[in-house]
Amino acid sequence: MTANVIVSGSLRNRLAIILTGGAALLALVLYLVVRALAAQVAQQGQDNILSASMSSVLDTAVIRDGRVMLDFPYSSFSMLNTQADDRVFYAIYEGETLLSGYDWLVVPDDLAPENTLFETTTINGDHLRVATGSRVLIGSDGPRNVSVSIAQTQDALSNTLNGISRNVAFLGLGFFLMSSALAIWAASTTSGQMRRLTTSVTRRGPQDLSPVTKAVPSEMAPLVGSLNTFMSRLDHTLTQSEDFIAEAAHRIRTPLATVRSHAEATLQRVDREDNRKSLQAMVRAIDESSRTAGQLLDHAMVTFRAENLEMSQVDLVELLQELVLGMTPVAEMKDITITMKVEGPATLLGDAILLQNALRNLIDNALKYAPAETRLLVEVSRSPTLSVSVYDEGQGFAPDEIETLSGRFVRGKNMGNKVGSGLGLTIAQEVAVAHGGKLILSNRPEGGACVTLFF
Amino acid sequence: MRYLVLLILLLAPFGILAREWEDLQVFGSSDRPPLRILSSTDTSFFAPIIEDFIAMSPNTSVEYFVTGTVELDQMFRAAPDQFDIVISSAMDLQLKLANDGFSSTVMNVDHPDWAQWHNSLFAFTSEPAAIVINRKAFDGLNIPGRRQDLIQLMRDHPDRFQGRVGTYDVRQSGLGYLFATQDARATETYWRLTEVMGRVGAKLYCCSGQMIDDLRSGDLIMAYNVLGSYAQAQAAISDDLMVILPSEFPTTMMRTILASAAAPDPQRADRFVRHLLKLQSVGDPAIFPLPPLAVSEDFQTQRTINLDPALMTYLDQMKREAFIREWEDAIVQVD
Ligand SMILES: Nc1ncnc2c1ncn2[C@@H]1O[C@H](COP(=O)(O)OP(=O)(O)OP(=O)(O)O)[C@@H](O)[C@H]1O
Ligand SMILES: [Mg+2]
Repeated sequence: MTANVIVSGSLRNRLAIILTGGAALLALVLYLVVRALAAQVAQQGQDNILSASMSSVLDTAVIRDGRVMLDFPYSSFSMLNTQADDRVFYAIYEGETLLSGYDWLVVPDDLAPENTLFETTTINGDHLRVATGSRVLIGSDGPRNVSVSIAQTQDALSNTLNGISRNVAFLGLGFFLMSSALAIWAASTTSGQMRRLTTSVTRRGPQDLSPVTKAVPSEMAPLVGSLNTFMSRLDHTLTQSEDFIAEAAHRIRTPLATVRSHAEATLQRVDREDNRKSLQAMVRAIDESSRTAGQLLDHAMVTFRAENLEMSQVDLVELLQELVLGMTPVAEMKDITITMKVEGPATLLGDAILLQNALRNLIDNALKYAPAETRLLVEVSRSPTLSVSVYDEGQGFAPDEIETLSGRFVRGKNMGNKVGSGLGLTIAQEVAVAHGGKLILSNRPEGGACVTLFF
Repeated sequence: MRYLVLLILLLAPFGILAREWEDLQVFGSSDRPPLRILSSTDTSFFAPIIEDFIAMSPNTSVEYFVTGTVELDQMFRAAPDQFDIVISSAMDLQLKLANDGFSSTVMNVDHPDWAQWHNSLFAFTSEPAAIVINRKAFDGLNIPGRRQDLIQLMRDHPDRFQGRVGTYDVRQSGLGYLFATQDARATETYWRLTEVMGRVGAKLYCCSGQMIDDLRSGDLIMAYNVLGSYAQAQAAISDDLMVILPSEFPTTMMRTILASAAAPDPQRADRFVRHLLKLQSVGDPAIFPLPPLAVSEDFQTQRTINLDPALMTYLDQMKREAFIREWEDAIVQVD
């Protein structure tokens, strides 16, 4: 079925890719945002401590004996103790003059008094966070500006950040995995709906054109709707043409019967040999046409019924016995004896009318193509599967035709002048298929044809 | 038992100019440059440790330089590439060296967290500051248990103590300054004690060794803030000496080691630090004669000085000036 469908991508894959891609993107965004937030919070923490340390130093600034003095407490630095033993630097300036501390730590110019300024700098490969504040002391000789910078390395901070990053990475990964699983699940349930529809359509018999009645998701409703309308249109067209054929066959048969009876009557009254010959040819052609019309009608009936079989338990043996009984007069005319071989009761769930039609065609063929004074065997077998075979002692099938004989209107080379339409085996085959079986033609080794209907 | 060894070193090619060392000893012999240890610890305490190290790593020689904590700090800052290892009892100076980037890190050492700083400064002893008395000279006086008792004794018997009390000169000794500042931080008694010691004309010393010598000779009757480990070693030999740990709290110092960041052979310096720390943890007194680290329970009661950046507080120029001024006001009697 899919062989001649142009496939471009897969809805499920597309859906899965979009959803997992989205999840990956979201996980990444989550990671980056949480990390940035954590960095901000951690930095805030360090800044708070630096600022507290700085102001505890700055607060001790006094002017004593005309000199600026800072007698800062032990806790100013001990509060800077971290798990990672971060290094600490400081500088105390009065204006531009270093009072004590590290001289490379310079006070930024844009420092407003009573304000804490935070900076991140890199010195000798160490990342330092610096907090600087200043105060104005009023001495006897005017205002004096004292500024204090406290700097700390960021080892503990980056340790914390790394820890957080690792946890957030796990969180992001977990989020991604869960979303991916969800995405795959969503994609497969969505495509599962499609698959279920496909199987329910594929599982149908070739003749089943009834609408899809199973509930489908709303997105698939238009597709299923048009499929249903399409199928019902197709069904309608098919029924119409079957009806038309049946009607046509019927309409032809009736006038043909009239023509035939007139030709027969005329034949009684005509004596000239050539006139008789042409009348006989005419009767034959009429027979042929009428047979064809009858078979066409049967065929149309079989095609129609095959769509909705009228199932019942059919006793094959009984059915065959009736058939044989009905055809005995024809057999007797040719001196053919019909024997039945039955292994026991054989019932089958099927359409009796169709089965009867098919089997009649088989026996009819055997009677028609086998010479007079021969035997005909109808055998019902139950193993390996239930089957009905019709054996005759005629000339059998030509091996090169055996494959094609069950085609429509195909007749064999051996048909001679026997009346026929070439639809008999076609009907038998279609009935077999409608019952889930098949029709096999073969030749018997001792001569004669063997036609078997397997169910 | 302390020599002041005057050594003129011909080390011009290495940039170490001729100078005065308290002691210098060379251990082992090797065709490679020696491992240079700059230390404030008496050679006698370190000789077994160094010999054990040499036994473990053949073709190694060690030069062991001994000097005071303050000079040691200045010398090392001036020429950090001349030395592999720095060992000092002045925790504050050592921490500042590590803080200023003079030390290299020694990673993944199995060492208690409180006894190391920044993976580069490692404490390996717990040594309380002690009151040491000459038992004979103390005859008839109550043995003091706390600082307060000491104050009382000196107030009650100024004549017996006059000129016979010793303590560190905090201007000269890094360790003395560390003990003094930590005492002052912990209790107001320190200042009263210093004042009383000043009143009885306390003698000021650069080092524990000399204080102990003078105690043994009977020149001193009592010394305050003597390095307990040295005093204990001497008290074991001399019955006259008695070591008293102040019962309210003994200020406890941890001796520290660091490997120079500019060490000529960083791997060997690293190995030495690890070796020392391992000997400390094993604690065999034959090889490691120093008092090992206190276990963490004694840590609080002993009032061990914490290894943290706050140690730099009293190294601040202004704070130091102010402290010394106050100390001088208390101890140096101008009358
Ligand atoms: N029993 C048989 N023995 C020999 N040939 C047979 C036999 N049955 C069928 N055939 C060959 O198969 C051909 C097709 O048979 P089929 O029944 O389809 O058509 P038909 O008998 O010719 O016409 P009709 O539609 O009237 O039955 C026949 O023309 C005949 O050549
Ligand atoms: Mg036929």
